[in-house]
Parts: sequence; C-alpha cells; structure tokens
Amino acid sequence: MNGSLAMVPQATDYLRVLPEIVLSIFGMAIMFADPLLKERPPRTLGTLALLGSLLALAATWVQAQYPGFAFWNMVRVDAFSVFFHFLIVAVTAVVILTSFEYMEVEGIRAGEYYGLILLGAVGMSLMSSAVELVLIFLALEISSIATYILAGFRRRAAISSEASLKYFLLGSFATAFFLYGVALMFGATGSTSIQVIGAALSSFEVPALAYAGIALMFVGLAFKVAAAPFHIWTPDVYEGAPAPVVGFMSTAPKAAVFAVLLRLMFEAHAPGRIGLIWVVAALSMTLGNLGALVQNNVKRLLAYSSIAHAGYLLVAFAAVPDSGIPAAMFYAASYAAMNVGAFAVVSHFSNAGERYVKIEDYSGLSSSSPLLAAILTVFLLSLIGIPITGGFIAKFYVFSAALQSNLVGLVILGVLNSAVAAYYYLRVIVVMYMREPRGEVPVSAVPAGMGAAMAVSLAATIYLGVLPGRVLDYAGRAVAEWLH
Amino acid sequence: MVPLSCYLVLSGTLFACGVVGFLIKRNIITIFMSIELMLNGANLSFVAFAAQWKALSGQIFVFFVMVVAAAEAAVGLAIIIAIFRTRETLNVDRVNLLKL
Repeated sequence: MNGSLAMVPQATDYLRVLPEIVLSIFGMAIMFADPLLKERPPRTLGTLALLGSLLALAATWVQAQYPGFAFWNMVRVDAFSVFFHFLIVAVTAVVILTSFEYMEVEGIRAGEYYGLILLGAVGMSLMSSAVELVLIFLALEISSIATYILAGFRRRAAISSEASLKYFLLGSFATAFFLYGVALMFGATGSTSIQVIGAALSSFEVPALAYAGIALMFVGLAFKVAAAPFHIWTPDVYEGAPAPVVGFMSTAPKAAVFAVLLRLMFEAHAPGRIGLIWVVAALSMTLGNLGALVQNNVKRLLAYSSIAHAGYLLVAFAAVPDSGIPAAMFYAASYAAMNVGAFAVVSHFSNAGERYVKIEDYSGLSSSSPLLAAILTVFLLSLIGIPITGGFIAKFYVFSAALQSNLVGLVILGVLNSAVAAYYYLRVIVVMYMREPRGEVPVSAVPAGMGAAMAVSLAATIYLGVLPGRVLDYAGRAVAEWLH
Repeated sequence: MVPLSCYLVLSGTLFACGVVGFLIKRNIITIFMSIELMLNGANLSFVAFAAQWKALSGQIFVFFVMVVAAAEAAVGLAIIIAIFRTRETLNVDRVNLLKL
C-alpha cells in the first residue's frame, strides 16, 4: 500500500505465498480438466488433488524458510502463519482422502468437488498469513464461497441444498457485518493494515468508531467459527452437508478464522477484548453442550460439540497473550485432528444417501466392526478431554492459561461444561459397546484411502496427547517471534 | 461540501435497512438483495472515509467488494435454483426439512 516502495513484486514475495500458488494451480487445473476428461476413472482428479495438497505441504516448508512481509505488508510469513498453513493443508489432504469413498458411494462424479476443496484451502491459508483487513476479507470470501458450494454437493438431496442455502445466507450476512466493521476501522484509523491499526489503537485514545469496528468484525468472525450467540446455522448445515465436507468446514476454515481473530485481538490491540470474549466463550460452551445433550443424529451432535469447542478455544483468547495464544494454536490443531477423524468414521459408516447417521444405528458396532468402534471411541474420548489424547492436553493448556490470567469464573464454567459434555459423547460409546447390533445396518470394509485418513487423524490425536512438547514449543516460539 | 456525517448516516441507514430486510423478509431473493444492500452500505462508508483521510485505498477496496459481491451473487443464485428445483418454493419458511 505504500507508494514509496518499488511497485514490482520480488521473487521472495512469491515464495512467501508458495502454498497458495500451488493450491490454486492444482485447483484450477482440476476445474479445467474436469469437463475435458470424458470417460474419466473416478479417482483421477481426486488423486491429482491429493498430490496438490501434498505438494502444498512441501511448499509450506519452503515458505517457512523465508519469513517476513510480502506484497507491500499485506502478507506476513512467520512461525505463527506457517503453523496454521501446515494445519490447514494437512486437514485438506486428509479430507480429500476421506472423500474418495464418499463420492463413489454417493455416485457423485463431479471433479470440481476436489477443485473447490483446494481453492477453499487457498483462502484459508491466505487468511492465516494476511495482515491486511481487505486481504483478509478477500481470503475469507474465497474460503466461504467454496464451502457454500461444497455444503450443497449432494445436489439431489433436498437437505443438502437446504444446508447450502442456510449456510450461504447466514454466511453472507456475517460477511457483511465483517466488512462494515472493516470500513469503520478504516474510518477510525485511516488504515486497514493490522500493524498500523495496532499502533494507532495503542498510542492515542481509542475512538468510539474503533469499538464499533471491532464489535462488528467480531460478529462476522464469530459467525464463521460458530460461536454462540451466532451459532444457529451450525446444526442444520452440518446435518445437511456431505459428511467429509463437514469434517473439512468444521476444522480448516475455523482454524483460519481463529488465526485472523488472534491477529486482530492481540496485534491490533482490540479494545474491550476480555469482556467480549468472556461472554461469547461462556455462551458457546454452555449452549453448545446443552444443545448436544438432546441430539439423536450424530452429525447434529458433533455440530453442537463444535460450538462448545469453539467456546473452549475462545477461553484462551481472554488470557494473556504469552500463554493464551500458544494454547489456542494447540487447541486448533488437536481439535482438527480429532474432529476430522470423527467425521471420517461418520462418513464411512453413514453409507449411501447418508442413511445411518442416528446414534441408535451405531448399536453394537463393537461386535460388527471392533476396529471402527475403537477408532471412533478414541476420537470421542479426545473430544471429551481424556488424558493421553490431544483433547486433554489442549483443554489443560487453555484452562491453565486462563487461570494464569485470573479468569477463575470462566475456567470453572469450562470445567463444568466438560463434565456435561462427557455425558453425550459417552452415550455414543455406550451404544456402540453395550447394545446388541442391529442387523439391518451394513458395515462395509474400510477402503485404503479412508483407512489412511483415519490412521493419520488417529496418529495425530495420540501424538498430540502423548508428546505435545514439540508442537507446544513451536507455538510458544511462534508467539515470541510474533509479539516480541 | 456535504459533511462526512451525512454519508455515514446514509451508509448506516442502508446497512440497517439490509439487516431489517434480512430478518423480516420471507422470499429468498429479497433476503439476498438485503445482503447486497448491507454490502453497499459498507462500500459507501469506505468511500466517505477515503475522502476524509485523503487515502485512495479506501476507494479501491470498494472495487474488491463489488467483485466479491458479484462472485457471491453467482454462487447464491445457483444455490437458489438448486433449492427451487428440489422444493419448488422460494419462501424460506417452507425450506424447513432441517429443524432449526
């Protein structure tokens, strides 16, 4: 944005957005190739997408070697953004693996599905490194528009297009709030760069306009992460959207939006942070867990659980930055691992037309398919927060960060909520292990791609629970590099 | 010269009209138009603040927003057509297979 700088991008500028470039190239190549291939073997484009996401992982490593600002201070590559890039691209790869089986079972031959997943991932990864509100807005829309379409991908199923419509209408409504917030912030500080805004808000008296701007931006972003009281769309959309897509949109875009929120709250010195976060975190945890208690549909149950988890994660936002931000980053990673895994199992089990998504359908899964039951159990235990799983360490660090910042009330509320949450996750486990199998629910063998996806999520969940040190160290160093 | 506050009041009113329209209208197309109204309210603020701060960037952002709004419209209308094909209605109250 500065006219004084040379207006020609340097080679390092491109290296700093290399993962986005790789993902875009593959995404567009798939979009172009799809109509040209006539008798295409169903997996060609999916395999191409998987290759693209793996190359993007490698590109993330390249990008990490060139920390710094790119494109006139619009993009900032640091350990923080690399962490989220890695997370988002890894989730993308795993979701592509889970989609192979689903697309075959549902008879969806459209290759643009994979293209849209990659293009959505472009927006999400860009969000985690963008430090310019207008670029963040663009990235947010790239990711949102792709997920609106993905949510309606079972086009012939009425509930899928309904989910897509609800997601689209409420999502664009939220985007408009975010944009208006950006406009007010621009009015208050004369800039849309998070750095400049941060300097302006910490140096002189905070103008009333900045409060309004932050509040509106927060409303928009809270919608996207499904935090209460902006969570109404979540259960409906998660129920109607294809299961692998739900696994994707409940983790990757959420992680990206949390990255934006972290930049906004801590680098832009958002005024009134603690009060705002306190209320939203408390509401999300409580409403999410209470809502989940009465659900019979596994996808709706996991939707309410994702609202509650957004609440736990937000607790870290109210804490002091040095312990809060690493806790939030770790939580985002471990939530992604366990939730993608849980949705992989749900997607495999649901069968053609997503017929088996009720909790009763899982009756006796332990005898018809002990391995599948055991895998789902690990993910559910991790969602509860049982030790040796990632979910436990994540909750532990979030709550201890909050305690260090004297947020005792919020921590008590969070722990009480975790106890309530144990009930509904355990209910699924009890149904799987204690009930007689229902003969009419077929359990097919797990295909290779799906098996790999489950294995990766399982390994990540256990790794984060048993050896969290490296990831936590990395997150801590990222924050030290970013803020000091 | 028209003072900044007039533009801001107008843009706030446009935005508020959009919010109210979104909440009370029942036809999907009208709801969608209300969202566009909200985006235009934000655009007007951008332009007004750009003049206030003598920063051209604010006006350039408006172009980005218009492009995004167009992309959103393309996808939105496609979704609305998909809904109309499966439900044969454009009333949001009748698009109710998923309980709220």
